[in-house]
Amino acid sequence: MHRVVITGTGVVSPFGYNTASFWQALLSGTSAIREIVGVEALQIRFKNGAEIRDYVPEDHFSAKDIPFMDRFAQFAVLAAREAVAEAGIEWTQELRETACVITGSCLGGRAAEEAGYWELFHNGKNRVQPLTIPLSMSNAGASHICMQLGIEGPAFTISTACASSSHAIGQAFWMVRSGAAPVAIAGGSEAPFFLGGLKAWEAMRVISKDTCRPFSAERSGMVLGEGAGMLVLESLDAALARGARPIAELVGFGMSADAGHITQPLASGPTRAMRLAIRDSGMAPEQFGYVNAHGTATEANDRIESAAIRCTFGPHAEKIAVSSTKSMHGHALGAAGALEAVASVLSLRDGMLPPTANFLSPDPACNLDVIPNQARAVAVEACISNSFAFGGLNAVLAFRAFS
Amino acid sequence: MSNPTIQERVLKVIATSKRIPLESVQPDSTFEALNIDSLDRLNILFDLESEFEIEIDDEQAKQVKNIHEMIEGVTLLVQAKHASTSAE
Repeated sequence: MHRVVITGTGVVSPFGYNTASFWQALLSGTSAIREIVGVEALQIRFKNGAEIRDYVPEDHFSAKDIPFMDRFAQFAVLAAREAVAEAGIEWTQELRETACVITGSCLGGRAAEEAGYWELFHNGKNRVQPLTIPLSMSNAGASHICMQLGIEGPAFTISTACASSSHAIGQAFWMVRSGAAPVAIAGGSEAPFFLGGLKAWEAMRVISKDTCRPFSAERSGMVLGEGAGMLVLESLDAALARGARPIAELVGFGMSADAGHITQPLASGPTRAMRLAIRDSGMAPEQFGYVNAHGTATEANDRIESAAIRCTFGPHAEKIAVSSTKSMHGHALGAAGALEAVASVLSLRDGMLPPTANFLSPDPACNLDVIPNQARAVAVEACISNSFAFGGLNAVLAFRAFS
Repeated sequence: MSNPTIQERVLKVIATSKRIPLESVQPDSTFEALNIDSLDRLNILFDLESEFEIEIDDEQAKQVKNIHEMIEGVTLLVQAKHASTSAE
């Protein structure tokens, strides 16, 4: 069993195309939620999202590659490039053949699918654009990372709705820990701003017409976001041998299924996933000082998650700080867990906990220390990052500060 | 045969959406008694919007606690629609 450390992170978010802009925005409590401009929103009941505006593919990819890459796949590659560059990995042929790539995405390239089918359903055409399948397949992110970076080892994609990238990072963690792969690039990407998808979310009646206010009495639902997060995981021995500087250690992973309802969460599943992640870490619950919450700002999630945190940590829940960074980067679905994993490891590196932005007043059903609106300078020993998917599939990652 | 009332149409939408016998759906039935959960309610709201060609606001929808209130709400929206149509 190897100890597993994170040696690089990459982020694509509404704040910019790198980790630094993302982290700076989170620590300053800045929310990227504003009016959606990329989709004709006149016919949608909600107006706001954490959208990446003015993205220009040509700034990042060659003309020959762009036609083959949906927005979500481009985001995945951009984040992977940054993570690998920060890690400073020197590729040998052996490393290329054994490195693993695991990505998460809820929707994959469904925007490309919509565009392809639009001709069929709407314009009365009898043909669909021939790249519709390779553009829209959910593994396109992983495939393009492998092609662009020359990685030839195990590579696959996990799709568990809002927990996709946490499941992906957890799986990569176990592969590196067991020695099955010496290094892994893991995370997720999402690009959910297209008309059909937004209309489907509208019909779920869970999107706020206001902004995202997790754990606040005034919360009125989630707000969609987009982007990508990627982490480079490698064994501590390998990282130290090549002189890399670990950002934090990944110490535990827990999963569970609610086996309850397809959309309504239960507290029992999240509680078990948190307990399993803590048990997997070999640490005591009292050593954890921060929870990066799933915190969607729906009425049900925040109430259930608060109960699950209390159930998991018992009396220690009074001392644990909890925040939802979705208040700032929005709910990026299959990329959410990866963005929040990046926020978690940087909070350990810097001794700074990101806040729950847009917080107005406490809800007795969520009576935890939710770090309202202002980042907090406190060096915690360890933290967990929660991701709970529609369908009741839960994934929790546990990180420890590296010293 | 006379046109069905709004109440009859609402009850029929609920029965069809939930796939339960029409006789089991009464104006004084509770959602709990009919085993209608939050996702069933979303489906029913969607079907009501199609049946009556109305738009049911999220906030209005959250206030509805039973079938009687659902019938009242739909009736108000249908009346509002007719009022705005006849004013044109």
